[in-house]
Amino acid sequence: MADRAPSVPSTSAPLLAATAPPPRVSKSTSAPSRIPPASSLARFGDKIYGAVTFLASLSIFIIILWLLYQLTGASLPAIHKFGWSFITKSDWNEETNSFHALPFIFGTLYSSLIALVLSVPISIGAAIFLSELAPRWIRTPATFLIELLAAIPSVVYGLWGIFILIPFLKLYVFQPVIQPHVPIYHRHLVHSVIRVGHSHLPFSYNHFDTTHIPLAQVKGIGFLFTGQSAGYSMLAAGMILAIMVTPFITAVTRDILRAIPRSQREGSYALGATQWETIKQVVIPYAKSGIIGAVILGLGRALGETMAVTMVIGNQSPSTPSGVSLSLFDSGYTMSSVLANKFNEAIPGLNLAALVEIALVLFGVTVFVNIVARLLVFYTAKDVHGGK
Amino acid sequence: MLNSFTQTWKGAVLAALGLALLGGTSAQAQQITGAGATFPAPLYLKWFQEYKNATGAQVNYQAIGSGGGIKNITAHAVDFGASDAPMNAAEMAAAPGILHIPTVAGAVVVAYNIPGVGPGIHLTSTIISDIFLGKITKWNDSQITRLSPGTKFPSTSIFPVHRSDGSGTTNIFTTYLGEVSPEWKDSVGAGKSVHWPNGLGGKGNAGVAQLIKQNDGGIGYIELSYAVTYNIPYAGVRNAKGKFIYPSVENTSIAAEGVTLPADFRKVITNTSAPEGYPITGFTFLLVYKNGTRPEVKKLLEWCLTTGQADAAAQQYAPLPPSVKRRALAAVASMR
Repeated sequence: MADRAPSVPSTSAPLLAATAPPPRVSKSTSAPSRIPPASSLARFGDKIYGAVTFLASLSIFIIILWLLYQLTGASLPAIHKFGWSFITKSDWNEETNSFHALPFIFGTLYSSLIALVLSVPISIGAAIFLSELAPRWIRTPATFLIELLAAIPSVVYGLWGIFILIPFLKLYVFQPVIQPHVPIYHRHLVHSVIRVGHSHLPFSYNHFDTTHIPLAQVKGIGFLFTGQSAGYSMLAAGMILAIMVTPFITAVTRDILRAIPRSQREGSYALGATQWETIKQVVIPYAKSGIIGAVILGLGRALGETMAVTMVIGNQSPSTPSGVSLSLFDSGYTMSSVLANKFNEAIPGLNLAALVEIALVLFGVTVFVNIVARLLVFYTAKDVHGGK
Repeated sequence: MLNSFTQTWKGAVLAALGLALLGGTSAQAQQITGAGATFPAPLYLKWFQEYKNATGAQVNYQAIGSGGGIKNITAHAVDFGASDAPMNAAEMAAAPGILHIPTVAGAVVVAYNIPGVGPGIHLTSTIISDIFLGKITKWNDSQITRLSPGTKFPSTSIFPVHRSDGSGTTNIFTTYLGEVSPEWKDSVGAGKSVHWPNGLGGKGNAGVAQLIKQNDGGIGYIELSYAVTYNIPYAGVRNAKGKFIYPSVENTSIAAEGVTLPADFRKVITNTSAPEGYPITGFTFLLVYKNGTRPEVKKLLEWCLTTGQADAAAQQYAPLPPSVKRRALAAVASMR
């Protein structure tokens, strides 16, 4: 703890450690004395209850394995035909029966990444405000509104995207940025001679000459702003996703922050820490693994989101040879959008198998993200004493 | 493996259908079920309402898309399927004895949004193909402007829009371009879903219409009825006889007469030889089995091909020309 938060006096480490509840010890010693001896009928009931809950949990495994089996089975023709090139190449052509999914995989990951970059700071900020700083009269309605946001169906977000967000982006963001607008200052040192009285004084000053070039040509960041300016874009998809996942991350993070024992904060205040220092050095580190879990939950939703993304992303892979473009302004395509668009009219055979393989890949990506999340939470929990 | 997947899928459809039937046993004897194409759905719903008023038979039609219609009729899950695109060889092989019955024809129009330019600019197949291939990029390109001498074109960039979902509309449009432009055939091809070299994809006719409306310089292909409903200007296209035809219900019907149809009707009626025919049109089909279809369904089809035809034009669908109607009725009569 102390080495993670260097400015807290080292004496706080044993203090924080001591205030963390020692949960299991007290429970296990007091539990037997509280439960009265049960009748044999009640014990039988326990067994049934145990069996029922076991079956319930087993059903989850069975559903996942069955899903995996079915998806793999149905996509076998495509797996045999394309092998690994399915996820490394870009060509998707129903005419030539050539199916590769790289642009879609990239689109799913990139749009979700944009969503997280936009939503994580906002969510965590909002959660901290709601749990640590907000007066009660703001806290209750704000919490309610955030939970309301989480309950809005995604097609509503999509419609909002089409009619509000996209025209706005197009008019006030994309077109100004794509048109030559960014001033570039060229510095010239201009030498001139000024007559003062009878003597000639040499005089030089900086003269700024401005030319305007498109942001797309600015070195280093230009690659983010190439492409068409129609509004339907990776950025629009990322923004819609950000709005959709923010309530999730905020709500979970807020609950986690609320669950931190008061004694943690009091300990910090007692040592003379300010509110900001307490949040930064005690609250956030304590909740770190939980916050990561909340972010991953949001990422999970972003990866799988279909309808809202389909409505705003443009449904066209960028026209680069690889079908992949880092530009925020370019249109894109995600795995779930491809499924939503093409599954209904897919031709049976290789075409259908390739679409099912996309579903399989999406399944794989989701599982992978969840495993990474588990590991992250596990390691950060080990790192910080008292984490979940 | 794929088989077991589709088997399960069929099972699920049948189970769902079974549940639906359990719900309404009273109307069961008279109920006819159908599923498929969304494009003619408004007309079909009107037809089936009228048919119910006239005969008391309930028709339950679900507009789930042409592909869904083909899957359902292949699985024998419905009494009839509906599709905008003819079934291909693989699909036919999976459903032996299937018949295509054309009901109405529809025009696919090239709709656009050019600032300051009204409806009815002139386009040729070569120019449409070059626009969607990304070879013509400005509206004031001389190849475009010289076809419409009275119109002043701005220098706006052309912004092509296509369907992101598989659709019969795309099939009609790409079949047309493939037929008239060898380059199109080689680089893009024809089908319900193709590999578009550029532009943006919108979901459904409505999605494409929206994209065209929202973007200056936009151009895309949609069904005539959507262009009329959304009030988007569309182009006159030069047909095989060299005449520029502004699409309408009448010249869609005429187009259907100028094409030699195969015995099973499985053809997209593009590039008609009729002098007054619009070149980008196609039939929409009902799919039924030649053998084993219930007599109620046969009666319904006969009604659609005769009485029903009168309703078509009001909803921007072209009634079948007499020659095609006669052959379609003969095909229905051959069912047993």
